[in-house]
Parts: sequence; structure tokens; C-alpha cells
Amino acid sequence: MVDRLRPYRELIGSRIRSQTAYRRSFALDVSGSVMVGLVEFAEVYIIFANVDALGGLDFAGVALVFALAHLTFSVADLIIGHLDNLPTYLRMGTLDAFLLRPLPVLAQLVTSDVSLRRFGRIAVAMIILAIALPMNDIDWTPARVALLIIAATAGTAIFAALFLAAAAVQFWLVEGREFVNAFTYGGNYAASFPASVFAVPMRAFFTFVVPAAFVAYLPTLVLLDLPGPVGLPQWLGWCSPVAAVALWCAALAGWRAGLRHYSGAGS
Amino acid sequence: MIISVRDLRREFVVRRPTGRLRRTRTVVRAVDGLDFDVDAGTAIGYIGANGAGKSTTIKMLTGILKPTAGSVQTCGLVPMRDRKVLARRIGVVFGQRSQLWWDLPLAQSFRTLAAIHRLPETGWPARRDELVERLDLGDFIHTPVRQLSLGQRIRGEIAAALLHSPELLILDEPTIGLDVLSKERLRVFLAEQRAEHGTTLLLTTHDMDDVQRLCERIIVVDRGRLAYDGTLPGLAARVGAERVITLDLTEPAPPLRDVPGTRLVDVEPDGLRQRLSFSPHETTAAAVLARVGQLVGVRDLAIDEPDIEDVVRRLYLGAPSVGSSDGGVHAEQ
Repeated sequence: MVDRLRPYRELIGSRIRSQTAYRRSFALDVSGSVMVGLVEFAEVYIIFANVDALGGLDFAGVALVFALAHLTFSVADLIIGHLDNLPTYLRMGTLDAFLLRPLPVLAQLVTSDVSLRRFGRIAVAMIILAIALPMNDIDWTPARVALLIIAATAGTAIFAALFLAAAAVQFWLVEGREFVNAFTYGGNYAASFPASVFAVPMRAFFTFVVPAAFVAYLPTLVLLDLPGPVGLPQWLGWCSPVAAVALWCAALAGWRAGLRHYSGAGS
Repeated sequence: MIISVRDLRREFVVRRPTGRLRRTRTVVRAVDGLDFDVDAGTAIGYIGANGAGKSTTIKMLTGILKPTAGSVQTCGLVPMRDRKVLARRIGVVFGQRSQLWWDLPLAQSFRTLAAIHRLPETGWPARRDELVERLDLGDFIHTPVRQLSLGQRIRGEIAAALLHSPELLILDEPTIGLDVLSKERLRVFLAEQRAEHGTTLLLTTHDMDDVQRLCERIIVVDRGRLAYDGTLPGLAARVGAERVITLDLTEPAPPLRDVPGTRLVDVEPDGLRQRLSFSPHETTAAAVLARVGQLVGVRDLAIDEPDIEDVVRRLYLGAPSVGSSDGGVHAEQ
């Protein structure tokens, strides 16, 4: 098992070494990503300076949704977010180099970059989560502790699958980075707010097509024991692993089709 | 048989916008019915003009592209299906595309590649040391690849492709952009590798010298089809690979029509510059020069080798001919 992972340990290790080699630019990168996280949270804070409740949640509840969404998004971004480099790889022929190595292409892509600066955003999300959890009046049962862990894991998987699906689409679009960012970063934005603030069609879209509501809002309903809005019963909060698995199946199928398209249609 | 290609075809669909919304769909046949076999241990030159289908063939041999029709076997494997197994048995170098990590020094890249190929820790450092020594990488092995010169980088690429001791090394334009000395060192190295390890070489090139120095067999493709398959002397005999010597004379002279073994190609109006063509099998540049020197003083001279584009064009025309007044190496530029 250890030996099976040797190529990947070496690949990730080499990526980390190359980044930390330039300490000053590394420090700037990290502080930049901390700033981004803080500015985004400031948006939530400003909204609550003017209203008392948003989509049936108070400030503490929305902060919890925000923290969960950002934590899962930034972890997924760290692991797999660089898949949006695929158009560059296609143009530069890097993908051909991957195809000439005895490893799966997706595994090589995932290990082709580790953006340590993304730890900045993870740290911001962790701090907000640590503050938001005690602010809410949660009746902690073993089931709710389990739910929080399940939600964080499944949420990360959902965002990772979104990144993968977005990358798969690039095989056809070539210059479609902005288009697919609408789904990944847009999904993150949608997940950061209670789905109940959206009109019903949007709510359905961000639940059953891009399952952003499963990341944070629905699990938060369970944690706070609140009834869901029309069409989104509370028990859906337990179903984020189902959404994650379904999305992964779709994303992997898309990825395989994309690779086949690449070797079939060529560059 | 390390490569076996049967009726190999590859088409590309090219869509071009015509008007605001319409697009025309054209099918381009990049490879159009190739047949050839390569025995293990051979060095083979795969040549053709730009767009003849060389890179497309290489991509099908290595499992990057799927053939539209026909079959290809490399090391007895079907490249697309057995891509990962095949990757351990072949090495590929693209002269114009780097496969190294631009931000890492070669020493690090070799370590990573050894891990990727799961080379045993006990074996690969010796192979690396051999490659470092033979390719003379020692001076810049700890410099990030992006800071290397082209010649240094290509040597690094070749070492990287050979680290896992592949049976077949495929080189796509390995000497492009290199100076004469670097080219020569590379050729010597490749010939050594072949002699010592029995590595099969398949290289595409625009440089006739690469072919001459390295390959015992040549395959010429033209518009995706096999135009010639045989030895270099055979090709020369068929198309008359003649050299052209350009002589700048010290004083105007009558046309040099009777130099043995040569043909007068052209004379500039003042008679100061004359061009003769000769076959290297019949005479030598020195003999030509000696004979001309008896007739008139020579101030300067240049010898143009027939280049690949020229050979292919002549092959296609099917008749031995010599370039006109603007013939020679730079005819196409």
C-alpha cells in the first residue's frame, strides 16, 4: 500500500518544495487568501447590520451556514481546485505528458499542484466555524455530532465533484473557464447563504442540479432543529452523502467521456 | 517486432466559421493508410514535411490518440488500451514541448520520475549517474529547468525519457533549434545508448544529418501516406540527393560547364557567382573545388545539403532533379 502511493507522495512533495522555496511570495499568497475569506464574511456581517433574519435564520445561523460552506469549499479547492488549469494543460501539451506516464491522468492532475496558500481560506473558515457553533443554541446529541462530520465530509466531496465536472466540460469548451467557474464558485456562493432566500426555481436548481444546499444549509436546519422552507424538508439535511455520491458518479462519467473525447478528437 | 502498424488512419474534423452562425465541417486525413513494421533494435528516421502526419502517428503509437481505423501495436501492446503498461516500456521526447517540471531542478525531476515509474531505490541512481555523465548534465543538475538553455533542457528531457531504461525511444524533432555542436553530441549519445542497451530509436526530424548519422532505415510520409520506406542511400539514389556548391569567384568567368561529376545549376549575369550540383557518391566538394581553382580564383563558397522538404518534394514528383536558381537548404524560407 505504502509503495503504491510512492509516486503521489513524491509528486505532492515536489510541489510543496517548489512553493515554499519563495518564502516571501508564499507569505503574500497566504495573506491574500485570508483577506478574500474575511471580505466575503464581511458581506454577511453587513447584511445583518440591516436585517435581523435571513431566510428564517438569525445571524448565528447564517454564520454557521457560511462557515460550513467555506470550510468545505476551501478544502475541496485545496485538493482538486487546480483542475481548472486544464485548458492551459491542454494548450501546452502537459496532458500529453501525463498520458505518457504510467499513472491515471486524474490522479496526476490532482497531484500536479498543491496551492498551500489555500490554507489561508481554510483557516478563516475554521475560525468562523469555531465562533459560530457556540453562538447557536444547538442541542448536541451524538447524532448531531455525527451529522456535522458527515456534512463537512460530504460537502467537501460535493464541491470536489463540481470542480471535476467543471474540468470535464473543458475538454469540449477549451476556453470555457469563466463559464464553468459560474458553477464552482457560483456553487460556493449559493451554498454560503440559506437556500430559503432564493426563489423556488433557483432553490430547486441549487438543491437538485448543483446540490449546493446540501453542503451547509440543509445540515444546519438539522443542527438547529428548524423546519425547512417549501420543498426542502429538514430530513434532507441527512442526505448530503447521497447528493455527493450522485454528483461524483456524474462527474466521473463526464471526466471519462472528456478524456475519450480528447484522445478521439485530438488537439 | 517492436512496432507494427496496419492500414493506420486518423481523421480530424476541422470546423471553420463561415458567416455569423454557420460553420463548415471538413474532415482532414492526417494519417491515411500507413503500413510498416519496426524490428527491435533498429534506428528509424520518420520524416516528412510539416503536416505530413508525423506527430499524429507518434501520438497513436504512444496511446495519446486513438486511431480512426486500422491497428497499431507498440511493444506488442495496443497503445490506447494498455497505455499505463506501455508507458513503462517506452520513452518519448518532444523537442518543442517540455515534459519536465519547469520549476524543479533536474535532480528533483529524476527522483519524481523514478517514483512515478516505481523504479527500485537500489537501481535507478546508477542509471541516473550514467545519464548525467554521458549527457554532461552535472553542471546544471541543481538549476531549475526554466533557467536552462534549450540545449541543456533537451539533454535533460532525453535523460528523463531514458531513466526507466525503455526498449523504445521516440524522439519528435529532438535537434530542432540546437547548435551544430549540441546536435553532434546528442547524436553520439543516442548512438551509444543504442549500441549499449539495444534501445530502438524512432525519430522525426527535419535535419538530414540526423538521419544520416543515426538511422539505417527511413520512412518518408507525405500527406499521411507512405512515400518511401528503405535505406538512405536508396532514397538518395531514387531522388538524387545532390549537394549544391555555390562559388563566389574573384573575377568574372565563363560558365563552369565541364567540372567532372557536376552539373552547372546557374550562373549570375556577371559570372561572379556560379552554382554547381554534385552527387556525393560521384565526387567530393574538395575535388570540385580543386578543379575550379585551376580555372579561376575562388573567393568564398557555400555548400547546401538537400533538406527533407526538398527530398520529399522530389520524391513526390518522382524524378531526380536539382533545385533551380533558388534551390538548396534555404529554398523554402
